[in-house]
Amino acid sequence: MKKQTSQKLSRATTYFLLTVGLIIVALPFWYMLVTSLKPQSYIFEMPPKIWPTEITLNNYLTALRKDSFGLYFMNSLFVAICSTLATIFVSSMLAYAFARLDFPGKEFLFYILLLGMMIPPVMLIIPQFIIAKQLAILDKFIGLIVVYITMNLSGQTFLLRGFFEGIPKEIEEAALIDGASRWKIFWRIIFPLSKPGIAVVTIFTFLYSWDEFPWAHVAMKETTKRTLPIAIALFQSQHLTEWGQVFAASIVSLIPIVVVFIAFQRYFIQGISTTGIKG
Amino acid sequence: MELLLTKFVKILKKSSTALIFLLPGLLLFTVFIIVPMIYSFRISFYDWKIVNPEQSEWIGVENYLRALSDPIFRRAALNTVIYSLVTVPGQMILGLIVAVLLNQNIRGRTFYRIMYYLPVITSWVIVSLLFEYMFSGQAGLVNYFLRDVFHVTSENILWLADPILTFVPIHLLGIWKGIGWTAVIFVAGLQAIPQHLYEAAEVDGAGSKEKFFLITLPLLRPTTVYLLVVLTIGSLNAYISNLLITNGGNPMDLTHFILTLMYEATFTKLDFGYGSAISYLLTMCVFVVSVFQIRMMTKPIEN
Repeated sequence: MKKQTSQKLSRATTYFLLTVGLIIVALPFWYMLVTSLKPQSYIFEMPPKIWPTEITLNNYLTALRKDSFGLYFMNSLFVAICSTLATIFVSSMLAYAFARLDFPGKEFLFYILLLGMMIPPVMLIIPQFIIAKQLAILDKFIGLIVVYITMNLSGQTFLLRGFFEGIPKEIEEAALIDGASRWKIFWRIIFPLSKPGIAVVTIFTFLYSWDEFPWAHVAMKETTKRTLPIAIALFQSQHLTEWGQVFAASIVSLIPIVVVFIAFQRYFIQGISTTGIKG
Repeated sequence: MELLLTKFVKILKKSSTALIFLLPGLLLFTVFIIVPMIYSFRISFYDWKIVNPEQSEWIGVENYLRALSDPIFRRAALNTVIYSLVTVPGQMILGLIVAVLLNQNIRGRTFYRIMYYLPVITSWVIVSLLFEYMFSGQAGLVNYFLRDVFHVTSENILWLADPILTFVPIHLLGIWKGIGWTAVIFVAGLQAIPQHLYEAAEVDGAGSKEKFFLITLPLLRPTTVYLLVVLTIGSLNAYISNLLITNGGNPMDLTHFILTLMYEATFTKLDFGYGSAISYLLTMCVFVVSVFQIRMMTKPIEN
């Protein structure tokens, strides 16, 4: 009897604390949404309203059309999709080699690769900038894409190697006896069997490329090829008070990652818990 | 002899298959990670001329000495260390609380999980601007709550104009954004704890407090070490929130982080050698801190 009431009480406390936390987490997002729906003249109203009184989509229309956030959205989408596909391709091949093939220096190479997970990424920005300059890929989408692939390589290869090692060897051995090449085995057998692993890689790489700021900030000065994070940051620094449009663009840029995240969140949580890679 | 030769050809053949699989990845990795690491080490010893690299002048450890004796760098280092000391424990304590709450059999778990994770997946640019707006001096939401709702202050606080107060939104943002990720890692750690330990403790009459401090916390040690290292490295690398909220060290270069200073030195003042030296100093700190933390946190397990 006593135990039951105390259990109920602790249950109530749990929900209470979770909800308080939820409000703290969600309030800034809600305020951003409300601000994006306010007319410009209400942006600095006092007291600030948490519930919108007058709703308008003007900020969205202006941001997308006049301020070319529609274009930046497409740029971001292009860069994120290319980076994601290429990362899946490159890191799954690497992971397969480390999981199944024999070659000299295998362990050494793997450790070198893991080193890539430990280097602070911003430390590499200066020499990457110089190299990208020499390769003439600054101000081009490809300059963003190759660096995004590389920065994701270590983590995703590590993740996929673990995944491939979980696939029973017998499946491949049968195919090898039948004379299939490793290349064929990889694409026809291993790759299709690894959909959950590929899903995790997809989400991580997409999120990373969609949100990435420091590299795009230095490597993309071409106005028409900006991605959303740099476009939003630069817009705010040039139009200090037009918060409605800043947040309209922000909300629009949030839509794809929220959709991707909700759709794949089970894989995602699994991926973080097994590898500890930051989203 | 013939046998040896065929063996050699066999190995080569085997490796050649591997080579095809390895080539694209290793090529990218070499060009954009290995070479940059070595390259930037070299640059840090030069007065590097970005337009005419051939005219760069070897100056030894001058860039490093300059950084270490520069009051702006020292202030930036101090700011970064304080940021670590505040945000790492902040994320870990709150993340653990959220993890313990979420690890129970509650309704709407997926919903809570998604909501707590929302700040993690949102780009730093967006959340930094959002906090800047909420903390703005004149009509900010935070000032409104402090002044008109809770009556803590009678005047607006100018958060963003003060070299100390400006870290309030930066620190809060750092904690707020990281709770979700920390909680997910803690949940994974919690689920790895064998359930029968709790059952045995219950038989022995242990309450939930004893269970938490005698079973949960000690068994979470590997997770805690891992989080401590990763979060500390992350906090030393903090950069975007500071860059956007302080506009690059305002006021009077008092509010830099190490990386915003590195960014300014390199891409605004085009002093690539100095910037590289700063980033190598940071990397060395990161390395020392992680080795130290791993040592410190793994030792007591032996006792």
